[in-house]
Parts: sequence; C-alpha cells; structure tokens
Amino acid sequence: MYPRPIPEDARIQRALYLGGVALVVILWLLPLLAVMLTSIRSNEELMAGNYWGWPQKFSLIENYKAVFEQTAMLRFFLNSLLITIPSVIGVLILSTLTGFVLSRYPFRGSNLIFALFVGGNFLPAQIMMIPVRDLMVRLGLYDTVYALIIFHIAFQTGFATLFMRNFIAALPGELFQAARAEGASPFQTLRHVVVPLVRPALAALAILTFTFVWNDYFWAIVLTQSDAVKPVTAGLNNLRGEWTSAWNIVSAATIFVALPPVVMFFMMQKHFVAGLTMGAVKG
Amino acid sequence: MSRLWRRNRHWVTPALFLLPGLILFGTVILAASIETVWISLHDWDGIGAKTWVGLANYIELADDPQFYVSLKNNVIWLLIFMLAPPIGLALALIVNQQIRGMRILKSLFFVPLVLATVTVGVVFGWVYDPNFGLLQLLFGAFGGTAPALLSDETFVTFAVAAAGLWPQIAFCMILFLAGLNSLNDDLIAAGRVDGARGWRMLRHVVLPQLSQVGFIAIAVTVIGALRSFDMIAVMTSGGPYGSCTVLAYQMYQESIFSYRFGYGAAIATVLFVIMIVFIAWYLNGLIKAERSNA
Repeated sequence: MYPRPIPEDARIQRALYLGGVALVVILWLLPLLAVMLTSIRSNEELMAGNYWGWPQKFSLIENYKAVFEQTAMLRFFLNSLLITIPSVIGVLILSTLTGFVLSRYPFRGSNLIFALFVGGNFLPAQIMMIPVRDLMVRLGLYDTVYALIIFHIAFQTGFATLFMRNFIAALPGELFQAARAEGASPFQTLRHVVVPLVRPALAALAILTFTFVWNDYFWAIVLTQSDAVKPVTAGLNNLRGEWTSAWNIVSAATIFVALPPVVMFFMMQKHFVAGLTMGAVKG
Repeated sequence: MSRLWRRNRHWVTPALFLLPGLILFGTVILAASIETVWISLHDWDGIGAKTWVGLANYIELADDPQFYVSLKNNVIWLLIFMLAPPIGLALALIVNQQIRGMRILKSLFFVPLVLATVTVGVVFGWVYDPNFGLLQLLFGAFGGTAPALLSDETFVTFAVAAAGLWPQIAFCMILFLAGLNSLNDDLIAAGRVDGARGWRMLRHVVLPQLSQVGFIAIAVTVIGALRSFDMIAVMTSGGPYGSCTVLAYQMYQESIFSYRFGYGAAIATVLFVIMIVFIAWYLNGLIKAERSNA
C-alpha cells in the first residue's frame, strides 16, 4: 500500500491524522457548508449583515416552508422525478439488450457499432442541439417531459451500453456455452442467465444515470420553456433571478435540489464509485 | 414458418435486441450531430426555409472577434482544468489510509461530484460575492477587499473555471483512489527494501503504475473542460460584455437568442472538430490499453 500505512498501534498518530484530514474536508466543503448555514438563517439577519456569524435564530422550517409554498420548486421537483425515473428505466432496458448482444453475439461491424456508442457519448451537447430541438418541435414534443425523456434515454444509452457490454463480457463464458448446449434461445439466455446476473451492474448504472439526468441543465433549457415541465435545475436558476436578495430562500432551494443525488450517493456509494471507475477505466 | 424462425432465430433475436438502442442513439445522437454540419452551410432562423450559403458562416466566423474570445477562454478552461489530476492525486494519497472513520471522510470528498453544475454555480456565486462571500471573508481577514471576480473582464473566466474545477478534482480523486487500490504490493515492498521513500517512491515506483489511470484522468478532464457550458450559463451568462463565453456557450447564444441557427451550427462544428481530435486520442489510448491487458 502507498502511502505507507500508519501502524495500528500508533493510536495518537492515527487520531491526529484523521483529525487533519477532517479539517481538509471542512475546507473542501466550506462553500457548500456556507450555503447550508445560510439556508437556515432568517431574512432579518441577512439584512443586518450577519452572513457568517452563528445564527441567532434558526429559520430552517420557515425558509424551507417558503420554498415549498411561495415558489414553484415543488412542481419542478415533481417534474424532475417525472423525467428522471422513466429515463433511468428506459436506459437500463435498452442497454441490457445492446450490451448483451454486443458482448455475446459478435458479428461483422459489431466493434464499429460499439465504438460509435462509446465515441458518441463524449460528443459535446451543442453539436446535436439544433437538430434535436428541431426534431422535438416537429414531433410536437417540445416543452413536454417526453422530449427530455427521449433525449436522455438516447444519450445515456451510449455510456450505459459501454458499461453493460463490459460487465456481461466479464461474466463466465461457461454459463453461455451451457445455455447454448441446452438449446436455449437468445431470449431464454437473456431471461435466465443474463438478467439474474447483471443486477449489481444495473444498480450501479441506475444511480449513475439518475445523477446524470437529474443534474442536467443544458437540455432542460433547450427543450423546455414552461414552469409546468421544467426540472429543478432550470427552475433553480430562474428562482435565483426572481429572489435576488433573499439568499436564505435561494440557499434552501439549492440544498433541496442537491438532496436527491447526494442522498442516493450516500445510500449506494459503493455502486456509484465502482460504476464510475469501471465506466471510465475499463473502457 | 416455425422452421424458418428456428433456423434464423439465433441471429434475428439478437438483431431485434440491438435495434431499439441503436436506432434511438443513431438518430437522436449520431445523425443529429452530422446534420449540424449540414445546417452550418445554411442561413436559417430555426423556423423558415434554409438558404444555402456554402462556407459563408465559417468565413464570417474567422472574422468574428467573439469567436477568438471564446477560443481563448476554451484554452484557459483547459489549462485551469489541468490542475484537477494532480490535486485529485494529492487528495487520493491523503485519504488512502485505513483508519476508522476515513471512509466517511472519503465520501464527503466526493460530494461535489454528485451536485448539479447549477448547484455548483450557485454555491460559487456565493463564494465570489464581493459583499459577503467567502472570498471577501478571506480578504477581509487581511484587511483587504475582494475583487468582484465575476464582473471583471480579465478574471471572470479564471473564476468560473476554478469553480468548475471543484467537481472535476473529486472525479480525478475517485479514479486515482481506484488506481492506488490496485498497486502492486510486491513492487512497493521492493522499493522500500531499496530505500525508496516518500517523493522518490511516488515518482519511480507508484506513478509508473498509475500511468493508465492518469491517462484516463487527464483525458476525461480535457473533454470535460471543452464541454463546459452550465457553469458559464449559470454564473455569468457569458458576461461581462461577452468576455467569458466559450465555444459551447457562444453557439447557444447565437442560436437560441439571435435565431442564427446556421451560424450557431458552424460554431458547434468547430467545437466538434476540436473535440473529435481529443476523443480519438482517448479512444485510441483505451484500445491500446485493452490490447496490452488482454
């Protein structure tokens, strides 16, 4: 291991080291902590210029209540769920299928198709913006959640195919040979061999896709317009324009937007880290 | 019929499995990207008919001062983002100790990565606020006043890119931690026997083993820097006076705000060409690595 592990019996040294790292974490997250602190501060205190002192009065409930009652954040939050959940499900289904075929049924051109999925995933959003927007307008889907769902499923399928293809390719080949020897059709192989085994990969992929789609801002502003369909990211930015001096409300809304991906991350941290490293490293 | 099916199902079913994903990705992502190149040869307001103008959009672009501002800012983003891999490595080295409680600290380091870029933008807007931001707190402690970075034409791009660095460092840190976990213990032990310690150990024994992960961290960071859009849109809308646009943002502005879709498409195409070089370099590196592993 590198750096050299601090010996188990050097208790004091270990405690000091941990304390030092904790201090670095606090500095690292200081910008976020400041916003959290502001989100529980009252408006009067902000007016009086108390930005950094300990809050004299905690307005946690008032501020978050104001976010729910006086702004459209709750609507945006619901929109984000309506966009994100179907997108994740769609991506999981499509990429299991493409990953299965590209890893287990090699044919002429299968490597090229795989390379297109992988390469397309790195393209900047702007290169497809105009035609995608035009397509959604012509389909009558512009400014509906379907426009975002369709786009996100299409785009995330690139990364997800890379991910599932590598995972299924790493499964023991004997399983597939046995399935073939018993005369299982591709559909039966998918159902009885692949699906039960890819569950951990699907969990990792689900949390990654959830985070990517939830956090999207660009497509939210390109493909939607009205408050009735806008997701939280676009909504938050609008809110910031409307509530310029009410920093406590904006901060509370910011924390509210950040919460779902952060909570998901802490709940499924192992999957998230494993997914991200595998996606990037295994290529 | 059923004989025909049985004889062909070994390839028909897989083809049917592949098609939905392939068609969706092929039309919405790949064909759309190519269509943009086609649109860039036209004059188009986004609604009416397209008028063929050949290379006129590109010729105009070559004379557009804003284009060079964007290009310059893209380079600044790239240079600032190059700090992410070394800082990420340093943080990974710091937390790579097995002490009770280290796991939770490690995950706290990753938090910026799961935040939406809009969130990061709002958070750093707060940091940079000249009246009460963290930066002012820092300057105030030394009796100074913080510069209003986001309204300063010289510093604005540096400030926004530095904010974008925050999640990028966390990403590099995750990659390097994975790399540190797969180090070859025998080589490290041999290094220790030979008296290599600290910096020399890092330089001669550890870093060579991290070369693949390092390559990925750098490549992902380069691509991330060139894709930057959200932070600029949220923090400054490209201002002040268009001084902090990048190609991605300028393209959006020309298309959505000025209805010059052909011109926007031309900017997107230039960005596309720049990116393709890096994407090809990255994929080529990955393929090489996979071959040498196999």
